Amino acid sequence: MSARRGLSGFWTGHLGPILAVCVAIVALWYAGAVWMNADLQRSAFDNAGQKSWTTGELVAGTLAQERPRLPAPHQVAQELWKTVVDTAPSSKRSLVYHAGVTLSATLLGFLFGAGLGVGLAVLIVHVRSLERSLMPWIIASQTIPIIALAPMIVIILNQLDVTGIVPKAAIAAYLSFFPVTVGMVKGLRSPDPLQLDLLRTYSASQAQTFWSLRLPASVPFLFASLKVGVAASLVGTVVAELTQSADGGFGARLLAGSYYGQTIQIWAAIFAAAFCACALIAAVALADRVVARRMGYAR
Amino acid sequence: MKRPDWLAILAAAASGLALAGPLAAGGVAPGWARPYLAALVASAVLCAGGANNPARWRLGSLMLALMSAAAAVALVALLGAGLQSNAGWGYAAALAAVWLAAWHTVSWLAALRPPAGWPARLVNLAIPLVFGLTLLFLWECGVRGFGSSMMKVILPAPSAIAARFGSSLPTLGADFVQTFKGVTAGYVMGCGAGILAAILIDRSPFLQRGLLPLGNLVSALPIVGVAPIMVMWFGFDWQSKAAIVVIMTFFPQLVNTVAGLASAGAMERDLMKTYAASYGQTLLNLRLPAALPFIFNGLKINSTLALIGAIVAEFFGTPIVGMGFRINTEVGRMNIDMVWATIVVAALAGSLFYGLLALAERRATFWHASYRQRAG
Repeated sequence: MSARRGLSGFWTGHLGPILAVCVAIVALWYAGAVWMNADLQRSAFDNAGQKSWTTGELVAGTLAQERPRLPAPHQVAQELWKTVVDTAPSSKRSLVYHAGVTLSATLLGFLFGAGLGVGLAVLIVHVRSLERSLMPWIIASQTIPIIALAPMIVIILNQLDVTGIVPKAAIAAYLSFFPVTVGMVKGLRSPDPLQLDLLRTYSASQAQTFWSLRLPASVPFLFASLKVGVAASLVGTVVAELTQSADGGFGARLLAGSYYGQTIQIWAAIFAAAFCACALIAAVALADRVVARRMGYAR
Repeated sequence: MKRPDWLAILAAAASGLALAGPLAAGGVAPGWARPYLAALVASAVLCAGGANNPARWRLGSLMLALMSAAAAVALVALLGAGLQSNAGWGYAAALAAVWLAAWHTVSWLAALRPPAGWPARLVNLAIPLVFGLTLLFLWECGVRGFGSSMMKVILPAPSAIAARFGSSLPTLGADFVQTFKGVTAGYVMGCGAGILAAILIDRSPFLQRGLLPLGNLVSALPIVGVAPIMVMWFGFDWQSKAAIVVIMTFFPQLVNTVAGLASAGAMERDLMKTYAASYGQTLLNLRLPAALPFIFNGLKINSTLALIGAIVAEFFGTPIVGMGFRINTEVGRMNIDMVWATIVVAALAGSLFYGLLALAERRATFWHASYRQRAG
C-alpha cells in the first residue's frame, strides 16, 4: 500500500517530472552532440584517409572528439572527474583550486555587500531625507547593466596597487549589495501600521521598535534577497576574473578555454560554477530554514 | 523646532572656514568667488538662528538652497580660472559647506508637505536630483581641484567624461547599434519563446512540475558562462550575442508567465465555464490578460539581463565594435573617460528600455489594482 502510494507520489510530486525532464535534456544533448560534431568527424575521417564509414563509427566518433563543437555529457563528466577528483587540489589544473579562488572572492564580497546593503537599508528606513534622495537612485540602478563596470573597477584597483582577492570581491560586493538593500528596505517596512501603532502606544523608542518589530519582520525578506545576492556575487566574481585572469578561477578557466578552443574545459568550468552557485544558494536556504524554525515563521 | 539645526550650524562653520582659508595653495585665486561664500555664510547663519522661528527658518532654508547652488557654480567656475590640482584647504572647506548645505536642502525638501498634484511631483523629482547633482559636483571639484594628473586618468571628472561623450558620438553610436542588434534580436526571441513555452506546458501539469523547479534553478545560475561557447558556435558578430541573450531570458520569462497563467481566479474560470468557453477563448479573454502583470515583470527583469548578457559576451570576442568590446579595449588602454562614456550609454539605454516597458505595462494593465490605487 505504502509502496504504491510512494510510486504514484513519485509521478504526481515533483521528483518524477524533474527526473523525466532531466533525462530528456540529456537525450537531446547527445542528439545535439552527434548532429553538431558530424561535419567535424567526417573531415577527420577524410584526413585519416578513411574512405567509407558506418553510421555507428560516425556516432562513436562524434562522441569522443578531443575538441568537439558540443562535447557529450559523459565527456564533460569525465573532465569534471579528472579535474576535481584525480588532480591534486593544489594544482592549477584542478577545478577545486579554481573553485577555491572564485568562492573565496565571492564569499568575501558577498559578506561585505550584504553587510553594506543591510546597513544602508537601516539608514534608509530611519532617515527620511536619505530615503527620498538615495532610494530612487538605487532603484534606477537596477535597470542598468552595472556589470559593465567590472573591468574598469579591476583595472583601477590594480593601478592603485590593490591586487589579489580584493578587486574581485569588490565587484562581488557591489553586485550583491543592490538586491540586499532593496529587499531589506521592503522587509523593514513590512510590519503593518497596526503593529507599529501598538508599539507607539507602548511608547517604544525607535531603537526598541527596530529590534523587537522591524528587524524580526524583515528576516524572511532578508533571506530571499540574500539568495539573489549570493548568485549575483558569483556572477560578478566570474566576470571580474575575465579581466583579472592571472589568479585563476572559473572566469579565467572560461577565458583560457575559449582562447585555445578547449570546449570540454569550458563546459566543465560552466558546470562547476553552476554547482557552486547551487551550493551557495542551498547554504543560504538552509540558514533560512534553521532561522525560520527558531523564529517560528516556518510554514 | 526646538532642536538646534546642526546641519545649518555646520554649514555656517564650514563656509566661514572657507572664507578665512586660502582657496588656492601657493597661488592667488580670483577674488570674485568670495562674495558667494559670504552669502552662503549669511544664509546658513540665518537658517541656524531661526531654529525657534519657523518663518525665519523656512526663509533661511530657501536662501541656503539658492546660495549653495550659486556657490557651487562659482566653485566650478574657479576651476576654469587657474585653479588646477592646487586647491587649498579653503577650497576643501567650501566643498564641505556646499555638501552640508545640499544635505540641509534635501532634508528640508523631504520634510515639506506640498499639495498633491504637480507640486508634490516636483518635490519628489527635486530630492533625488539635488542628491545626484551634489555627488557630481563633489566628484568634479574633488578630482579637478585636488587630483594629480594620475588621478585624473584613473577617475576622470564628469566634465571630461561629457567632453569625451560629445566628441566620440559616432563611435558610441556604432557600438550601441552593434550591441543592440544582439540585445533586441535575443530579447524578442528569448522572451517570445518563454511565453510560448509557458502556454504550451500550461496544459500539462506534469511538464510544469518538471520544468518550473529547473527553470527557477537555471535563473539563478551564472549562465553568462556559456558566452564563450556561443561565440564559438555563432561567430563573432551579433548572432552569438543574440544567442546568449535568448538563453538568459528564456527561463525567467517562462517561470513568470506560468505563474501569471495560474493567477486567474477560480470564480472567473468558473464563469468562463458557464459560458461554455473553449480553452482558447478562456486563454485569450481571461488568462492571458490576467497574466499580463507577471509577463511584464518577466520582461522587466529580462531587459537588464539581456544587456548584461550581450555586454559580457562581447568580452569574449566581437568585431571591433560594440559596447562590451569598447569597455574591454579602452580599459586596457587606460582611456577610462571613454569607458565611462560607454557606461553612460549603457545606463541611458537600459533605463530607456525599462521606462518604455513600464509605459507599455501601464497602457496594457491599466485595470490592475496597483495602478487603480495610485489614481484614486
